[in-house]
Amino acid sequence: MDLLYARAQMGLSLAFHIIFAAAGIALPLLMVLSDVKARRTGDADYVQLSKKLAKGTAILFAVGAVSGTVLSFELGLLWPEFMGTYGEVIGLPFALEGTAFFTEAVFLGIYLYGRERIPAGLHLFSGVMVALSGAASAFFVTLVNAFMNHPAGFTPTPGGPVNVDPVAAMFSPGWAYQVLHTLLACYQASAFAMAGIHAFVLLRHPGAAFHRKALSVALPLACVSALLQPFAGDLEAEHIAHAQPVKLAAAEGLFETQRGAPLSVGGLPDVETRTTPYALEIPKGLSMLAFRDPDAEVKGLNDFPRDEWPPVLKVHLAFQVMVGTGGLMALLSVVTLFLRWRHKAWPEGRRVLWGWLLCGPLGVVAMEAGWLVTEWGRQPWIIRGVMRTADAVTPVANLGVPFWTFTLVYLFLGAMVVFLLVRQVSGTLPGRAPPSEVAHVH
Amino acid sequence: MSTELWLLGGALVGSFVLYALFGGADFGGGVWDLLASGPRKAEQRALIARALGPVWEVNHVWLIIGVVILFGVFPRAFAVLSVALHVPLTLLLLGIIFRGTAFTFRTYDARGDRVQRRWGLVFSVASVLAPVLLGMCVGAVVSGDIHVRGLKVESGFISAWLSPFALAVGVLALCLFAFLAAVYLTAETSEPALQEDFRRRALGAGVAVFLAALGVLVLARGGAPRVWSGLTGSPFALALHGATAVAAVLAFGLLLTRHFWPARVAAAAQVGLIVAGWAASQYPYLVVPDVTLQGAAANVATQRALLVALAVGGALIFPSLVFLLRVFQSPRPPFSTPGASGSASRPVQ
Repeated sequence: MDLLYARAQMGLSLAFHIIFAAAGIALPLLMVLSDVKARRTGDADYVQLSKKLAKGTAILFAVGAVSGTVLSFELGLLWPEFMGTYGEVIGLPFALEGTAFFTEAVFLGIYLYGRERIPAGLHLFSGVMVALSGAASAFFVTLVNAFMNHPAGFTPTPGGPVNVDPVAAMFSPGWAYQVLHTLLACYQASAFAMAGIHAFVLLRHPGAAFHRKALSVALPLACVSALLQPFAGDLEAEHIAHAQPVKLAAAEGLFETQRGAPLSVGGLPDVETRTTPYALEIPKGLSMLAFRDPDAEVKGLNDFPRDEWPPVLKVHLAFQVMVGTGGLMALLSVVTLFLRWRHKAWPEGRRVLWGWLLCGPLGVVAMEAGWLVTEWGRQPWIIRGVMRTADAVTPVANLGVPFWTFTLVYLFLGAMVVFLLVRQVSGTLPGRAPPSEVAHVH
Repeated sequence: MSTELWLLGGALVGSFVLYALFGGADFGGGVWDLLASGPRKAEQRALIARALGPVWEVNHVWLIIGVVILFGVFPRAFAVLSVALHVPLTLLLLGIIFRGTAFTFRTYDARGDRVQRRWGLVFSVASVLAPVLLGMCVGAVVSGDIHVRGLKVESGFISAWLSPFALAVGVLALCLFAFLAAVYLTAETSEPALQEDFRRRALGAGVAVFLAALGVLVLARGGAPRVWSGLTGSPFALALHGATAVAAVLAFGLLLTRHFWPARVAAAAQVGLIVAGWAASQYPYLVVPDVTLQGAAANVATQRALLVALAVGGALIFPSLVFLLRVFQSPRPPFSTPGASGSASRPVQ
């Protein structure tokens, strides 16, 4: 029971943190882009947009920073055996992540408070540094997860790791695919969320200049990341097919090992009967996607000991959600780019705006689902093949107490952030600009 | 001990010193926000918000750096501490969450209304509780009450950090941070009345620090025998404590004579020396008496890699940090009076 609470608490903390971490990576980029547009056009709306984005970044970064601090402690509070034994193997990317996070905090302070105090060029430079160090910290922390999925750089012994090579552990096989997939997800989730918000306002106030411009900043990033993501995901899946076949089998609900395995869309895997009913099967699709060969053999769950199966139903459903939402976002991006090409302007038709409004939350949904696929899919291992999650958990009792406490705190903070961001956006509605902002536009 | 371990141990102590200085002044700011009083109540709070705003996030990254060094270089100590101090660390985390988010919500929210004032209260209460818990954890570590075999903690999850000695260290940490913040704030304003407000607070907190330190010392005899002998035994430790005493007296004298900037330097030296003195008195133990630096250390390859990472990180961080501080220590430009530059730097009511 305590293991479940520990896993639930870690999962909850990460699920919460990921949203803010993604925003801390992508919003600075959007902020810099609008800053550049403001400089180029001298347009007051872009100035206001970059300020609003800076405030949004500040709020989300702060919540990301504290929830990240919580995570760095929770690694030990919940998984002391893991950190006590393997902390020395993966300490390096954590240290570099700490450094990147530090630079992000410093330059965010300079950017937020330095607008009137430092030369314009230096101010923009500090914004660029915020965006770069945000991406760097995501880069390093994803390396830790890649290591947990595919450990390297040490020899495991009953007494702990020996022959440790921290650089080899940091760049474990498959790091590049996972990092690319994760970084794109951060940009995609944030850009879609931003586009959704401004599409919502434009539907109610057609033609509102500020929100049209905001949409024009969000859409390019949203479209590009949504179109690149399927390719990144495919590369990642191909790596998983080789390195973590049981994860792929669970994601696909594939029980029998077979040549020319079909790709299952939908379906509800049943571990009792070892079948996946209700699935739409695309013949030879899985063999093709995973091994680039329609007749390749794909290992099914039956080939693995029962006690090494991940929770099949959960992994499968999360995977379907990720792929499904990713597909929808890519489709909307294709339509949007086509209209952009036809009309030489970002589309503003009500149907497209509705599309962006409805797809606005999907980036976050896909990101959370994808993260669940990788985490559930690795169970029962905390480090695949090396240490079981059950062996890593803390001996401290009554873990239900901190779990419920943090759950309530996170729910409350989440609601608070939404409330504050809504207030930020509502300040930009036509005819409702607060006087201090108006007086401030240079 | 190898050169690498000396350097990394030094980096660990260094990150704790910097956290005590920057994070400590930050916590102390929250304490004075809670205790703001008198005719200039609003101005006091505004000064605190203005002084903390640009740097508060940076101030707390030192804690993360310390934790990362601990689990990268001394993983076994990190594991043991996480088990033995599970409860106070969890409470500390809740304090950190509420403090950080409350400050941000209060600062960046567009309107100065009731919601903002409530966040101010959350911020300041969390600022009082967090340092006490932090001090209790330190007290538990030095007390020698945490008993460890391998990675197993044999002394339970409660007794070590709830001892009178640990509590006394918690109170000392709170007084120290409040003192540091008050001294810091005297030099953050040019308004004589506000300076006097914080000078009085600094002097009061200074007396409280003295009394709390005395209490810790008395309780250390029974509660932390090894520290007691470390405090009174080794000549190196004695020299450190002598220097601390000099800094403390100097800070007090400079405050009395209203030399605010030098007083700030002396107070910072005092706090830094106290943390260094704590580290020296428990050397070579990371967790007294069962975990040593050497015994908890990672392999040499990791030690070297982390030294390189810390050096690269330092080369990036320190110049940008100096730049950040320089930007905000410079006098405000005339066209950016408080309140006119958007709510980011608007005084908080």
